[in-house]
Amino acid sequence: MTVNVMTSKEVTKTVFNNEELFILDVRNASDFNDWKIEGENFEYLNVPYFELLDGVEEIMEEIPTNKKVLVVCAKEGSSVMVAEMLSDAGLNVSYLKGGMKAWSEHLEPVKVGDLNDGGEIYQFVRIGKGCLSYMVLSNGEAAVIDATRMTDIYLDFAENMGAKIKHVIDTHLHADHISGGRTIAEKTDAVYWLPPKDATEVTFDYQPLEDGNDITIGNTTINIAALYSPGHTIGSTSFAVDKKFLISGDILFIDSIGRPDLAGKAEDWVGDLRETLYKRYRELSEELIVLPAHFMIIDELNDDGSVSEKLGALFVKNHGLNIEDENEFRKLVTENLPPQPNAYQEIRETNMGKINPDMDQQREMEIGPNRCAVR
Amino acid sequence: MEATKVLDAKGFACPMPIIKTKKAIGELETGQVLEVHTTDKGAKNDLTAWAKSGGHEVLKYEEENSVLTFWIKKG
Repeated sequence: MTVNVMTSKEVTKTVFNNEELFILDVRNASDFNDWKIEGENFEYLNVPYFELLDGVEEIMEEIPTNKKVLVVCAKEGSSVMVAEMLSDAGLNVSYLKGGMKAWSEHLEPVKVGDLNDGGEIYQFVRIGKGCLSYMVLSNGEAAVIDATRMTDIYLDFAENMGAKIKHVIDTHLHADHISGGRTIAEKTDAVYWLPPKDATEVTFDYQPLEDGNDITIGNTTINIAALYSPGHTIGSTSFAVDKKFLISGDILFIDSIGRPDLAGKAEDWVGDLRETLYKRYRELSEELIVLPAHFMIIDELNDDGSVSEKLGALFVKNHGLNIEDENEFRKLVTENLPPQPNAYQEIRETNMGKINPDMDQQREMEIGPNRCAVR
Repeated sequence: MEATKVLDAKGFACPMPIIKTKKAIGELETGQVLEVHTTDKGAKNDLTAWAKSGGHEVLKYEEENSVLTFWIKKG
């Protein structure tokens, strides 16, 4: 039997289409339990590669012959070894090209809507890590919002769309992933916007992004209106794009809300978070389609792989928006919080420009799920 | 720390550091100590988990200039 290769793009399609897949994850148990490839119809078997060095006989019976089998490891090497052993034993299996490293870095662009006068908005789904970033396009110009460090993907995408990136925006100082915003702005001579309250310690120049700022893309009026919405960080800012979409950053997700503890003490910002979600957002049109900066679970994906929902629908079904009692709300967002994202302090310092880790170190820092939300 | 044998697995990517460690441990007597040098960051968790599942003991672990060093006592 030959060993097949599956790319992250192909696995992403499998996730989006709710197809079946059997994943043999050969990383160690703690890495597997911390973070794995998630899919609606995926089955898993976790046996570390170092327990299979003498052969795969012991697991042969547990591997199905009637569905696709994908062997996964951290960087690829061990999954190739195990896949070859299984193949020699007569099974038809694939390994994941580039391993979880590549999975963590894969971005899938999905169009989420049309804007005024031929404009478009795309969501870049970082499926392996749950990060969402955006590109707004209109008349040959583009804005990128909450870019990841895989900057070439946005640069190439804009070029293929015949657009020049004019504005790069981060809704807040990220703690779970390294921002590509500054790099993209430097390479394209675009304006880099950051909320000043999150940028007090940054070591580079930026354009302060403040409540009421309007950013226009193209010569038509695709309007990006900034709305100060603190709570996840003190500077967190949302955007109403073309009066149709609400880019909510890490404040409001589909099935959860932002956590207030990644840049300081949860107690300090819980009041801001409450004010943003229960007052400022309540004043907005319920017809706005919320586009968050993260998803937590695969259930939050729509049929086309995008992550979005009407604000009005979230007011009804998002638990975090439906806690009348302030004390109960305070408890939810300050107690029993999930573990903090891997290396979140170093990631914040990188995004401030204080430290400059190399590519391998950046990858290492971003390993694992994003964990920016509370449910 | 006194080691019976030193294994230089620097520059090798996963799964080679563990394959080499397994082979080297196989050549030792119970109670003897193997010193392993690797540059594969993943080895930190993997070698520790492997040693545990094989009944060996990681006596000491050090990280310096991106070289990971393990002292493993054969169980």
